[in-house]
Amino acid sequence: MMILSGDPPRSRLLAVLLIVIIALLLATPWLFPGAKAMNVAVKICVFAVLVASYDLLLGYTGTVSFAHTMFYGIGSYAIAIALYAMGPSWAAIGTGVVVGLPLAMLLALAIGLFSLRVAAIFFAMITLAVASAFQVLASQMSWLTGGEDGRTFRLPELLRPGTVLIEKSAFGFEINGRTLTYYLVFAVSMLLILALLRVVNSPFGRVLQAIRENRFRAEALGYRTVFHLTYANCIAATVAACAGVLNALWLRYVGPDTSLAFSIMLDILLMVVIGGMGTIYGAIIGAGIFIIAQNYLQTLMGTASTAAADAGLPLLPGLLHPDRWLLWLGLLFIASVYFFPTGVVGRLRRPKAGG
Amino acid sequence: MTDTAAAGPLPKPKRDFLPVLLPAAFALLMLPLVGSASSWATLLAASLAMGMMIFIMASGLTLVFGLMDVLNFGHGAFIAVGAYVATLVFLPLAGLSQADSLASNLAVLVPAAVLSMGVTAMLGLLVERVLILPVYGQHLKQILMTTGGLIVAEQTLYALWGPQIIPMPLPASLRGSFIFGDVAIAKYRLLAMLVGLVVFISIQLVLNRTKIGLLIRAGVENREMVEALGYRIRRLFLGVFMVGAALAGLGGVMWGLYREQVHASIGDELTVLVFIVVIIGGLGSVGGCFIGALLVAMVANYGGFLVPKLALVSNILLMVAILMWRPRGLYAVTSR
Repeated sequence: MMILSGDPPRSRLLAVLLIVIIALLLATPWLFPGAKAMNVAVKICVFAVLVASYDLLLGYTGTVSFAHTMFYGIGSYAIAIALYAMGPSWAAIGTGVVVGLPLAMLLALAIGLFSLRVAAIFFAMITLAVASAFQVLASQMSWLTGGEDGRTFRLPELLRPGTVLIEKSAFGFEINGRTLTYYLVFAVSMLLILALLRVVNSPFGRVLQAIRENRFRAEALGYRTVFHLTYANCIAATVAACAGVLNALWLRYVGPDTSLAFSIMLDILLMVVIGGMGTIYGAIIGAGIFIIAQNYLQTLMGTASTAAADAGLPLLPGLLHPDRWLLWLGLLFIASVYFFPTGVVGRLRRPKAGG
Repeated sequence: MTDTAAAGPLPKPKRDFLPVLLPAAFALLMLPLVGSASSWATLLAASLAMGMMIFIMASGLTLVFGLMDVLNFGHGAFIAVGAYVATLVFLPLAGLSQADSLASNLAVLVPAAVLSMGVTAMLGLLVERVLILPVYGQHLKQILMTTGGLIVAEQTLYALWGPQIIPMPLPASLRGSFIFGDVAIAKYRLLAMLVGLVVFISIQLVLNRTKIGLLIRAGVENREMVEALGYRIRRLFLGVFMVGAALAGLGGVMWGLYREQVHASIGDELTVLVFIVVIIGGLGSVGGCFIGALLVAMVANYGGFLVPKLALVSNILLMVAILMWRPRGLYAVTSR
């Protein structure tokens, strides 16, 4: 239990679900070697980290930030710009990490010191404003960021798909640079999530929960709440930037749509709420459910839309069009905030009646 | 009751005029920087028009927050819906609106605005009952619920109208400008200023001169006390919410005409601007919101003219500067 920081899933079904998801992610390159399945698996890993770091803010401290994609974007862009400018080398990746993560942290520190002093609602509005300004800035400074087109870059030799490490004949499948990148992303993601579990179960994490429940009382007990909230904000921002780094390494491309768009922020919110706020495990469940649904249900919606159009039904084809997927998600989101505020994990952990 | 009145007039509350001077001072400061007086005046007119439109959209949001401590992150949806509903009137009646007669132009403009306000008010009713009622007093859930509402509203607009930009040309008699010496002021901007001023004055009159206004102001100060006196503040709040939504719808129509096009993304785009205005003004303060809107518009216009590169972040810089000076906005509403 040491590795889980003394915070086991506390529900047999949840434990089984988590083990299944992690085992599937671990085995993806073997079981489903196609490009699409690998992309989905990486996205689940990256978003599990991103959502877990957001959960540290939303679930554990009760502050709503709309700037989480900004930090994610800073991580992505730092790696992309470094690899683009310095060429495909490990030094460039190092530079990107060394520049990007502290940058995200400092920005989070500035925003936190500036706006966490007052009500949570203020923080939400200010982060929304700052994030949208950042997004515009990133798309305008095209000499640095490539503007709307973004930046495509190459990875170091070892991580390229063309690099074959173990021939196919050895095990019946091939281990190449792409597989290696996959496991790099997977391992770093798991480490980050375990680290976040460590954070929320530390005395520091307990203070955060105390602030969430009653900020005034936490202050009266002698905790400097602004310090704790800002610290949590910085940790969340740094982890989000790490997730951005991983995503950029996998995609070998970064642009406003993949790393800064407001829709990513909405996705994160949805995943946190579906998975369950205030339970780092919810991030894995939420990201898993959401991304699988996003990638496979949309196809289904397309079929339904065409079928409705063929049947000559009014309005329905438009509503069921794959692009309108967010509409249904929004409804699901409202319903889950209303009916299942504790999310999947909260439901599974609920003590049974009479038990 | 009359005894206390006879005891002498109540001491006047201390007025705080410093923020009022801010826009004027800012405009004067810009005069030497811009250089030419005529472009300065043109920019001033543009700022005033833009500021008034933003104020119309933001006023409802700030009132709702002040009265009920509810922050509606879906406020932008009302703006977008208002603009889209107006296209329902404008597009079929394009002949009337493009005819060169003020009367027939107004015959399109007025029904469009009224219809938009009606639809957004009804939408406000729905949103308040369905989304906000279950989560009173819970900030976190309010933010989540109303954000969800924004997504649903925006996607519904896409589903109904499609993702393309809808052109909404100005009526013929509102095009062109009035020329004063070498200063050109677009007719539509003048109209926007006029409408904004009318809205501002009516809000102030209602708030300060009527019984409902008295109750609203009392509710902002102390909600429980008003309830204890036997008034149904929930119903009052519903009314304010619907009026706020209708004003946002009106703002949407005006913004759509100003840009001469309508797209569902204006909701997102303006939400950010409106939030900045409301934060600058002080959450809950109508007067602060008015000054905030003027300041934001001035910074956007003069900033865009003088240092185009800076225009992108000028709003944020303005907000930071104001909050350094007054951390709770220009006019902080008490007890929040």
